[in-house]
Amino acid sequence: MKDFEYSAPDDLQTATALLAEHGERARVLAGGTDIIVQLREGLCSADFVVDVKNIPELMALDYRAKQGLTLGASTSCSQLYEHPDLATAYPALIDAARIIGGWQIQTRASVGGNLCNSSPAADTIPPLLVHEATCLIQGQAGSREIPASEFCTGPGQNVLQPGELLVTLQLPEPAANSSSAYERFIPRNEMDIAVAGAASWIQLDASGQTIEEARIALAAVAATPVMATEAAESLRGKPATAESFAEAGELAKNAASPISDMRGTAEYRVHLCSVLTQRTLARALARIQEAGS
Amino acid sequence: MGTKQLVSTTINGEPRQFICEARQSLLEVLRDEVGLTGCKEGCNNGNCGACSVLLDGQPVNSCLVFGLEVDGKEITTIEGIAQGGEFHALQQCFLEGAALQCGICTPGFIVTAKALLDENPGASEEEIRFQLAGNLCRCTGYDKIIRAVMKAGEQMAETAAS
Repeated sequence: MKDFEYSAPDDLQTATALLAEHGERARVLAGGTDIIVQLREGLCSADFVVDVKNIPELMALDYRAKQGLTLGASTSCSQLYEHPDLATAYPALIDAARIIGGWQIQTRASVGGNLCNSSPAADTIPPLLVHEATCLIQGQAGSREIPASEFCTGPGQNVLQPGELLVTLQLPEPAANSSSAYERFIPRNEMDIAVAGAASWIQLDASGQTIEEARIALAAVAATPVMATEAAESLRGKPATAESFAEAGELAKNAASPISDMRGTAEYRVHLCSVLTQRTLARALARIQEAGS
Repeated sequence: MGTKQLVSTTINGEPRQFICEARQSLLEVLRDEVGLTGCKEGCNNGNCGACSVLLDGQPVNSCLVFGLEVDGKEITTIEGIAQGGEFHALQQCFLEGAALQCGICTPGFIVTAKALLDENPGASEEEIRFQLAGNLCRCTGYDKIIRAVMKAGEQMAETAAS
């Protein structure tokens, strides 16, 4: 690996100043589970590495009922799933955090980093999308907020400009009678990158029989993570049954435009969209029912 | 060669200092600067777990941590698992259960399994397999490793109960 200058600022201003000063020659280091591999393999290059794990805003993990979740960009997957409330409030996100790599990855890898690495196959992004996460981005000129759904622009590409830093993700408080789930297909049992992944979120009406609202997002089947909007909208007003989920699964296929690569064919990925959509819808429903009983 | 910085840590309960370049991983530093060669380089990209150590009690791939990141932190390596000249239950069970052949994955497995059993000595086979998914073995086919971890867990739970 080419040597670099390492710094670990403990405040946001210093960090953004460093990133602005060095522009393309600087890289942000959170968990390191993507960036260190990329630096070592020459897939990216840095003369300055800015470690952002000492900045309080990026290490925040604050969940309050009625306010939702403020998730610092550097907080690790294991910190997320060790939190007592998040599995109930944002189950899809916890599903994903538990299956990224293995335990040794999860103690370091961050959701913010997963988003900023912007792989179309990222496991935590579909859960962020179905939970309508917002990104708070800080630059020297000031801060801006954008929906997570607009963050990724292509494989490995996102809206961050040189000098900008993802600070926090904001997830709104989940609605009553709602839940979510994330599932992916991989060749082994653990450790692999998703061949396809799906996150589903549904909200039932007071009777618990009818779907009031739904959101579905897919991983690894397009140039970015995508929302299956048509499939989700088709569920509104439908009974919460396997038949409705099967119809949504079919429609989810339309949101996919996968490639064939070493992990799988385009045809198989399209097929998986339907299967995983149905499974995660069913899992979300089961979670709502378990919570109600 | 780049500039080097001084790092102060606690390794296996002892204060240790080392100097390293920014680009040196904790794996490199532990093996080449500190002389603790128990953790192994299997893949150097976070896939195999042969480099696993505990950082502030949590398993990490030391190939994916820079030496400079561990200033002020506590590290446990395989060399710190046996205490007072006595094998840890895991080490004893691995030996008695023939849970190793070439042994290159073994330090990573033992260190990670220790973190698991410290938290949850009664972990089920399924939980153990899931939590150890980040440790790969080419020799044993995993079965004897899992049995050894389960046996060590039972012993640790018994010791805790008595």
